[in-house]
Amino acid sequence: MREWRFLVAENRGTLMALLLFLAMFAVYVGNHPAGFTANVVQTAANKGVILALIAMAQAMVVLTAGIDLSVGMIFILCNCLGSHLLGGPPWQVGLGVAAVLATGLACGAVNGLIVIVGRLQPIVTTIATGAVFFGIALWLRPYPGTTPDFAADLADAFTGKLFGVVPASLAFLAAVVLVVWVPFSRSAIGRAAYAVGSNDMAAYMSGMPVRRARFAAFTLGGLLAALAGLFLTFFTYSGEASLANGDNYTLFSIAAVVLGGVSLYGGRGSAIGAVFGALAFRAIGDLLFVFDLDPLWQPLFQGLVLALAVTVGAARLFRIRNRLDMFS
Amino acid sequence: MTAEASQTTRVPLRERPNLPILVSFACIVLLLLVGSLYSSSFLSPEYLVQQLKVASFLGVIATGMMLIILLGQIDLSIPWVVTTGAMMASAATAYGPLGEALAVPFGILCGAAMGLISGIGVAYLRIPAMIVTLAMNVIAQGLMVAYTGGFSPADSASPAMRWLATGTLVFGVPNAILVWAAVGALAVFALTRTTFGRAIYAIGNRESAAYLSGAATQRLVMAAFAISGALAAFGGVLLAGYAGKAAQSMGDAYLLPAIAAVVLGGTSILGGRGNYMGTVAGVILVTLLQSILSVMQIAEFGRQIIYGLVIVAMLLLYGRAKALR
Repeated sequence: MREWRFLVAENRGTLMALLLFLAMFAVYVGNHPAGFTANVVQTAANKGVILALIAMAQAMVVLTAGIDLSVGMIFILCNCLGSHLLGGPPWQVGLGVAAVLATGLACGAVNGLIVIVGRLQPIVTTIATGAVFFGIALWLRPYPGTTPDFAADLADAFTGKLFGVVPASLAFLAAVVLVVWVPFSRSAIGRAAYAVGSNDMAAYMSGMPVRRARFAAFTLGGLLAALAGLFLTFFTYSGEASLANGDNYTLFSIAAVVLGGVSLYGGRGSAIGAVFGALAFRAIGDLLFVFDLDPLWQPLFQGLVLALAVTVGAARLFRIRNRLDMFS
Repeated sequence: MTAEASQTTRVPLRERPNLPILVSFACIVLLLLVGSLYSSSFLSPEYLVQQLKVASFLGVIATGMMLIILLGQIDLSIPWVVTTGAMMASAATAYGPLGEALAVPFGILCGAAMGLISGIGVAYLRIPAMIVTLAMNVIAQGLMVAYTGGFSPADSASPAMRWLATGTLVFGVPNAILVWAAVGALAVFALTRTTFGRAIYAIGNRESAAYLSGAATQRLVMAAFAISGALAAFGGVLLAGYAGKAAQSMGDAYLLPAIAAVVLGGTSILGGRGNYMGTVAGVILVTLLQSILSVMQIAEFGRQIIYGLVIVAMLLLYGRAKALR
């Protein structure tokens, strides 16, 4: 009994995000003209999975009390690279996928190395490396386009439905969570990442692998952003070096992480919460369409919802007994 | 070490050479030399004055950003607060002579109001500044998109705005530079000679200590965000005066340069440490870098890459944190 309550308390953020998502999605589906059908779910899943992957990438870094403002640019870079490489015979497409993922890993590793070895603050480092990544993306794709023999079959397989019911993208997202996040969070490195996030000095004093944990967080973040870039390529069949897209996804990823109950101060939350935060954020954004409101009001609506959602985080003020606790 | 020895060997903090500022100014000279190899016009007074004039818009915006970074916070709402200032000032111009006269203060007031709301979120609700200002940015964007219908607004800048941004007062010195100089002088005075400035540095170092020392930390943080919003909007007003009218997403190009300028000038992103001269150097450096890269006709992708690499390289020179031990 006690253990059960401990589990709930530990995962409160994730559970809140799940509830928020379920509520928003219920409202969305309930008001959708087509109702709860496989096609509606598939469209919603395809839109949500990209943001969910990027939010997971952001959550990795935020857990170590860092921030990755280049995550949207890694995503755009991998999208542009994918639009060049995902063509030709199957073995070539396979190599292309591997190259895209390796690029994401490399970008994350560069961020990690500069932050760890160069000892610069993550926020400024990733602003600068983000500019570099976007420059490379622009070099690869000065204009939106795609490779002539694009592997549309593979793309459709990832954006279609499994057995005619389950959206393949959701199954893929679940697989990523199982293959990347679960082993990471249960490993010594993953625990060290949480420890670094809550108090890096204490983690260092306890002999935890502080540097390796930070490096793993940034590198895995790069990998997840690359997966998102790959998915965007699958959805659009093309690549585009769009600065607005990169910036928006970076900002949305922070919003999704916060909605998902991951503390921006580090050490609290989980990537699964970030996934639900991302899906909830997407569902909220799509509410406007099912209610048939003027699209002009969408940015204002999203901003107000975001402001309301994060204000809930202020609830902790009511639990403060000593005024000095407020500053921590 | 005895007390006497430490007195003789220690140089007072104020007189120690400031590495970031020296490096930034050295880099400015280096950039000008590299530029002059390319074209002799880089060292002409006209070019330098023109660069200072362009830099002054960023300078006004970066002044507000520096206040926030000194607090150990960050303001991500710059892009649309800049645009709000520009659009609201232009909109006021359309309402007859009274609106025209009040255009500049009205634009600044709108920015200050937005900053004030962010400040309340940060100071009283204790929500991380990154997410509050992010939400404020989206809300400001939403308000402006709803107001303009998603197009560039038809209103144009008032004569006063144009005069501030493009006119000249004495000896051909552009007004924009004088405006930046005035804002900068006020900032230096506030930061070094007032209790407000002292408290800003104290809060940036440790807010609980500042609170226990009697500083009204919450009110000061809120005020700093309001000032930052006002300065961002003022930058937008000047930009609208420079371009003749406001435009959608005209502020997007100012967020990263503002942060880069402040940080390159040696202000610690963690707060509590920094010097306004550093920000001045950072602003000039960023503006000059952008200008030289575009004059050399380097393609956009190359500019982005070089821009990012220069920031990382310069920070590696002097922005490194202490190792954990």
